[in-house]
Amino acid sequence: MIPDLGKYAVDVLSAYLVALVLLFALVALSLRQSTKARTALKCAEKQENL
Amino acid sequence: MAASKKTFKKYCMSLWEYANPVKFMALSGRILPFIAVLSASCLATGLIWGFFFTADDFKQGSTVKIIYLHVPAAMMAINAWIMMLIASIIWLVRRHHVSALAARAAAPIGVTMTLIALFTGAMWGKPMWGTYWAWDPRLSSFMILFIFYIGYIALWQAVEDDDTAADLTAIICIVGSVFALLSRYAVNLWNQGLHQGATLTVRETSPIDASYYYPLLFCIMGFILLFVSLVLLRTRMHIRVRRTKALVARRSL
Repeated sequence: MIPDLGKYAVDVLSAYLVALVLLFALVALSLRQSTKARTALKCAEKQENL
Repeated sequence: MAASKKTFKKYCMSLWEYANPVKFMALSGRILPFIAVLSASCLATGLIWGFFFTADDFKQGSTVKIIYLHVPAAMMAINAWIMMLIASIIWLVRRHHVSALAARAAAPIGVTMTLIALFTGAMWGKPMWGTYWAWDPRLSSFMILFIFYIGYIALWQAVEDDDTAADLTAIICIVGSVFALLSRYAVNLWNQGLHQGATLTVRETSPIDASYYYPLLFCIMGFILLFVSLVLLRTRMHIRVRRTKALVARRSL
């Protein structure tokens, strides 16, 4: 499945692996922080309305 | 002429309406899913096309495939800082909170892009230049830009009052812009470095073959849209955090 990368396979694959891990980590962290902020605001607004 | 000037002025004035957090939240909530899906599609198309379906370069071999990550990430690392600069100036001049929060939201994205550009550059540099790193003008200014990003994020975390933090980080942003621009133009100013000139230019003829060029365009579009969607997501998050803080403070009075 993976194309023949020849003698540079380690360089190319590690570049892709690290870049994709960093991108996924950034997206996951942003989504997690966003969900946390939304929940905290909902909680605060509920208490405000009590 | 007068009519078009009037329309332009009206358009510019309507842009300021989105400095209102309520209007910003309403619009960003509507467009965010579309931008995110478009970004994922462009990235998947560009990266799969580039990695699996392009031939090796006659000189660089398979390392040419690193271009699909390195070039878009480096472009976004610089452009994210420019976006932060514009948002910071708007904050300093017009005191719109959304613009300060948008600048804050862009910083973690910019630092990740810088890290990707530095790492993929090192992985490309080793087989082509014989070294992972050289104190080349472009590489050095990029490293300084990375340090500025870290300083910018740290300052936002360190200062408790949000408005003071926005003021101070805006100053850092203005100073750091020198290195953002240097990392873009360093190769043109000093010729002694290892790094080549710009891969993509606005000239009519593309400097790279079409078989590499089209997947690269998809990747660049994907990175731009990913940046926009993450800035919107993170700005919405900071607006919610600020609103929560205000509600908690009001309750404790």
